[in-house]
Amino acid sequence: MEHTPLLQMRKIRKVFSGVTALDDVDFTLEAGEVHSLVGENGAGKSTLIKVMTGAYQRDGGELLLHGRPVNFRSPQEAQQSGVVAVYQEVNLLMFRTVAENIYLGREPRRLGLIDWKRMNREARGVLTGLGLTIDPKAVLGSLSIASRQMIAIARGVSLGAKVLVLDEPTSSLTEHEVTLLYDVVGRLKSQGTGVVYISHRFDELYAVCDKVTVLRDGKFIATRPLDALERIDLVCLMLGKERSSLEKKGATAFGDHHVQEMTKEPLLVAEDLTRGRRLRGVSLTAGHGEILGMAGLLGSGRTEVARAVFGADEVDKGKVFLDGSQLKLRSPRDAIRSGLAFLSEDRKAEGIVPNWSVRENMTLAALPSLTSLGVVSRTKQKEVVDKFMNRLRIKASSGDQKIRELSGGNQQKVLIARWLCKNPKFLILDEPTRGIDIGAKGEIQGLINELAAGGLGVLMISSELEELVEGSDRVVVMRDGECAAELRSAQISADSIVKAMAADSPAEDL
Amino acid sequence: MAETLTQPLSRNAGSSFADYAPTYGAAAALVIIVLLNGFFTPNFADIDNFRNILVQVTPTMLVAIGMTFVIATGGIDLSVGSVMAVASAVAAISLEFGALPAILLGLIAAVLLGAFNGWLIASFNIQPIIVTLALLISGRGVAQVISNGGQLIPFSDPAFEFIGKGSVASVPMPIILMTVIVGVAAFVLRATIFGRYVLAVGGNERAAHLSGVSVVGTKITVYALSGLLAGAAGLIYTARLGASDASQVGLNIELDAIAATVIGGTALSGGKSTVVGTVVGAFIMQVISTSFNMRGYSYPYSLVTKAFIILFVVYLQRTRSQG
Repeated sequence: MEHTPLLQMRKIRKVFSGVTALDDVDFTLEAGEVHSLVGENGAGKSTLIKVMTGAYQRDGGELLLHGRPVNFRSPQEAQQSGVVAVYQEVNLLMFRTVAENIYLGREPRRLGLIDWKRMNREARGVLTGLGLTIDPKAVLGSLSIASRQMIAIARGVSLGAKVLVLDEPTSSLTEHEVTLLYDVVGRLKSQGTGVVYISHRFDELYAVCDKVTVLRDGKFIATRPLDALERIDLVCLMLGKERSSLEKKGATAFGDHHVQEMTKEPLLVAEDLTRGRRLRGVSLTAGHGEILGMAGLLGSGRTEVARAVFGADEVDKGKVFLDGSQLKLRSPRDAIRSGLAFLSEDRKAEGIVPNWSVRENMTLAALPSLTSLGVVSRTKQKEVVDKFMNRLRIKASSGDQKIRELSGGNQQKVLIARWLCKNPKFLILDEPTRGIDIGAKGEIQGLINELAAGGLGVLMISSELEELVEGSDRVVVMRDGECAAELRSAQISADSIVKAMAADSPAEDL
Repeated sequence: MAETLTQPLSRNAGSSFADYAPTYGAAAALVIIVLLNGFFTPNFADIDNFRNILVQVTPTMLVAIGMTFVIATGGIDLSVGSVMAVASAVAAISLEFGALPAILLGLIAAVLLGAFNGWLIASFNIQPIIVTLALLISGRGVAQVISNGGQLIPFSDPAFEFIGKGSVASVPMPIILMTVIVGVAAFVLRATIFGRYVLAVGGNERAAHLSGVSVVGTKITVYALSGLLAGAAGLIYTARLGASDASQVGLNIELDAIAATVIGGTALSGGKSTVVGTVVGAFIMQVISTSFNMRGYSYPYSLVTKAFIILFVVYLQRTRSQG
């Protein structure tokens, strides 16, 4: 008899107004298998899950459950067929008990009224079946996040889930609680449930999953058994690099990067930045005229470092020094006054003010110096805007054009100009060339080079290996909230960066 | 990854006509309504009538200006009517100390209430509608308590009543005060750094924060300003009436103020505001009230007409933002 997998997704297509989110993606899950789904931002993971669980309707391809074609028009229909997802944000009712949450919407009845005794009894049964000793009568809000996560899983199991999707289940858990989760997953596995496990953390994947499927840019890349796949090969699959050709010279506008030896005092020093589990005692230094590249996979803590240094997020502990004096990390305003600048990675959500013109966007951070007696000087504004529109070659009909009408590359230039207006000492750039066409990319890379040559210190966070290799004087690699490695001059190569992103245990140097 | 324009280039790139279309539309509507009434409503086209309209619109106008600033930050202030009542009551019981102390105390009470709103909203991230709704409900109660359990407090104080009933060069005081305040407000929003910050917070709060704008400070100031203007409106109204009626002052004025702001072209989502538009919107509201009164249409008809206008204008704003 032919073996039928538990769940099969074949050639799944999903298109959103012209953008192909899933391009003929295959995914197969066996019963009793823990199968992880990985990929960087925009790879298509959450879209695939939403198609799997009926939240989205696919535009092409087929979905087979136990070999039979199915079509879920809503998550409810998927649930009824045994396909359940447990998301990162636990969507349960804080003020109701554990048992009520587990049986929400399908409470056992007796004579038309809810049978509390039976509900509590059955809830206890489900929890024990997963090895959990949680009191079904406890109010959900009184329990830890880990327990709530387990209860969300228990709810899924009690719904008769044969396919259970866990989306970033450990993001809010402590180390100890993570092991408890592993036990639960182990039990589900032995009961024949198929588990789809989404996580960025390699340790988890290698600890608990059997297979991994890699997606990139909406396409299916590969499915491999994890015990036969080295971490570095997994990273190569995710990023689309050939292990052998990692030495290939990429095409960026950084040109031959000069070897910068830090002869002077360091410009920026960060000590022991700590913030929960996202930042675990990160320290780094950067010098005048130096481009410090920062690499790391999604979730490794790069943006968190940037925001901590800039005072945009509070830290539990840590200090930052600029030019020798300690900075008060209370707010971006303090950081800006001290000479820091921060270009955030999401210009739509944190960068541009959409209703405003180029001029108004560009001068936002510099307004205090363009103002006298509370009135903003139009002439000074115009001077500044003209100067930077020329220098950065910003393509706009005039400073009064609405910023949302500009291309991504030109918008980014306006935002960089916003910071240059302030004449900063140190510039933090988070993915400065993301989502930008080749031409503008090159211009911005050239600009960064120029600024560094002029004495500005730069922290450049990037996901593009070529940019990091060719543009950085030193590279810091982040992993799981820690500084995994620091690479200098000759040590910098795509290969060494990828190795550091994937390594088993944190190392000071490779 | 391919790069996309966030919005297609418009032919008049840089022109702000499309932005202000709602305001031009509202102005056109106002002109039409005034002309129609001029021809068809007896006694409408009369200098005394116009003066009357200007005086009557003053409280709504002041409150609407404050509302414009609050909405510019993406918030809303439902408590303005109750703040008017509190200012009115505080002033009335303070008249024994003199007109100026009474005015100052009334305004201070109003500003403090507004700042309190702003503090709750900015520091604890509670939704503006909830915070100001709480004050809407409780504020009127406070005003009534101050007024000895909701009693009408009549008074006779010519110095105080001057701000409501007096004239300078035969121009009534309310009109003078309104004109000055409107002028200052328009200037502040367009030309000062504070005006920029208000619009930045409403346009993209996170970007504003990262650019060094004090989001908390801006929000508190804006709600305090709304309180101040509501207080001023309450005092002018009370001075005209010659009595403080805690249960009536400012009743339902928040609706007219929000309507005036929205009709004028200010976006409820924040980041795009126009004082001129609000002025036009407030006049439309007032002309409808006055002309319906003069024509003998009962009050409910004016409400229905106003409601239609609001829905129509909001509909126009919606389709524009999708284009």
